[in-house]
Amino acid sequence: MSRIAAVLALLAMATIPLVAGEFYINLATQILIAAVFALSLNLLVGYGGLTSLGHASFLGFSAYACAWFSTRMGLGPTASVPIAILATTLMAAFFGLIALRATGLGFLMITLALSQVLWGLAYRWVGVTNGDNGMSGITRPEPFGISLASAGNYFWFTLVVSTIAFAMMTMFVSSAFGSSLQGTRDQPLRMAALGHNVWLVRWLTFVYAGFWAGVAGILYIYYHKYIHPTSLSISSSAEGLLSVIAGGAGTLSGPIAGAALLVLLKNYASAYVERWNMLLGFIFVLIVLVIPEGIVPGTRRLLGRLRRGDK
Amino acid sequence: MSAPVPALEIIALQKYFGGLPATQDVSLSVMQGERRLMIGPNGAGKTTLFNQITGDFLPTSGAIKLFGRDITQLSLHQRAHLGISRTYQIITLFGKNTLEHNIVLSLLGLSPSRWNALRPLSHYGHLRAEARAMLDRVGLGGLADRRVSEIAYGEKRRVEIAMALAQKPRLLLLDEPLAGLSSEERASVKTFIAAIPRETTLVMIEHDMDTALELADTVTLLNFGKIIVDGTRDEVIRDQRTRMVYLGE
Repeated sequence: MSRIAAVLALLAMATIPLVAGEFYINLATQILIAAVFALSLNLLVGYGGLTSLGHASFLGFSAYACAWFSTRMGLGPTASVPIAILATTLMAAFFGLIALRATGLGFLMITLALSQVLWGLAYRWVGVTNGDNGMSGITRPEPFGISLASAGNYFWFTLVVSTIAFAMMTMFVSSAFGSSLQGTRDQPLRMAALGHNVWLVRWLTFVYAGFWAGVAGILYIYYHKYIHPTSLSISSSAEGLLSVIAGGAGTLSGPIAGAALLVLLKNYASAYVERWNMLLGFIFVLIVLVIPEGIVPGTRRLLGRLRRGDK
Repeated sequence: MSAPVPALEIIALQKYFGGLPATQDVSLSVMQGERRLMIGPNGAGKTTLFNQITGDFLPTSGAIKLFGRDITQLSLHQRAHLGISRTYQIITLFGKNTLEHNIVLSLLGLSPSRWNALRPLSHYGHLRAEARAMLDRVGLGGLADRRVSEIAYGEKRRVEIAMALAQKPRLLLLDEPLAGLSSEERASVKTFIAAIPRETTLVMIEHDMDTALELADTVTLLNFGKIIVDGTRDEVIRDQRTRMVYLGE
């Protein structure tokens, strides 16, 4: 059932470039990129019970690394993309060693602190990052000779990558390992007593989440063809976290809905309302009040109530 | 032939919480296959001793050996792999999950499959079959698909024990397995505790003497973190010091 629904949704999305104008195609691409990022964060927040406020580190670092290797080192995408993702994954492995000395609030503060270090570096290490001017001059790759220069082609490329990402992360959480991960979220001591290495389960998840945020960073850099320190900032991390929580942490499709909401608000509301952040805050409060479990599980619950005819 | 190696050997164990002694110079050994009952008033340090055997707490000093191997510094999960399983006095289950899934998590704990992130858990039919067989053994087979949060307290106690038994432990620590059960439930839990094979060494904390003494070969009486009396069931029952602790004479 849900598999058929997923295939239909995928087919419907694939037709977007055929029917929609460039503005909408680009909007859809941005949603997909934000969704991959939110899904990767959801592995930690929703399935691991580890709330990170520094996940933009991995998206931003991967984007910077890709930009740096292509523009400064003159590497083609076949080299710069794998190197950037590998470097991001290694960084996640290292950050995980530090951040997972704690859980809960301590974990949140350490991830925030680490991401602030990177953000500061991106701003101040002008020789490498070009500081506040950001890095530009990146051209989109041409996989198998297909140019991704047009909005439509880049959307399709993003759709393929994000579908793979979604499938892989879905597999991850429904696997034996994913069950252990959710067990460590609910009863860490019991899991340890049952023979599960709680720390290692969390660390591997942290690394895996970093890997997929790195993939999102690649999609991000080739989409914008530009990277600025803002992408590494606390507000980028917070937007990811908002997407996850608003959409439904610990659900498979929740973060996608949350990411869509955020991107749409950012693009539409900012055109009409100058302080769109305030509107975002207002909507977030509304979600917390009406459907605290998030858009996807919340809507499901409300629909179920309607169907049963309760008040 | 040398003397048989005890399943569990505790040597001069001390545990302080700040300045408060919770375990004071405890030494004991439990032979393989033995059924040992730990008794003592509330706050005597029974659960604290359990927590040091399983690795929840590290002792301040002293040593713990499992089948002759020093495990004092090993972590919780490493000890589980050496054959220690436990139940908790305060029920510690996965409330949102089904009974079957609770047991599957227990089976996964010792299975290399727990690292597999590329195959859906639903494909592990043998784990689920094993979990169901275990639930049948404790009389909960019919509830396998129910969530733990939906079942009764007495049934949760049995899930606790089933989770520990599913790991086929060499040393099983039961922390008040009968607490809060009705007399009928006590009788049924007692029956399947009695049916645990002798390959499993059993150490049990229990306040219900009537039921627990029948299951025990040997008894250790703790008070203020110290061993007061230690011996066969009848010795400990007859000992004057046991009366002192319980009746305050």
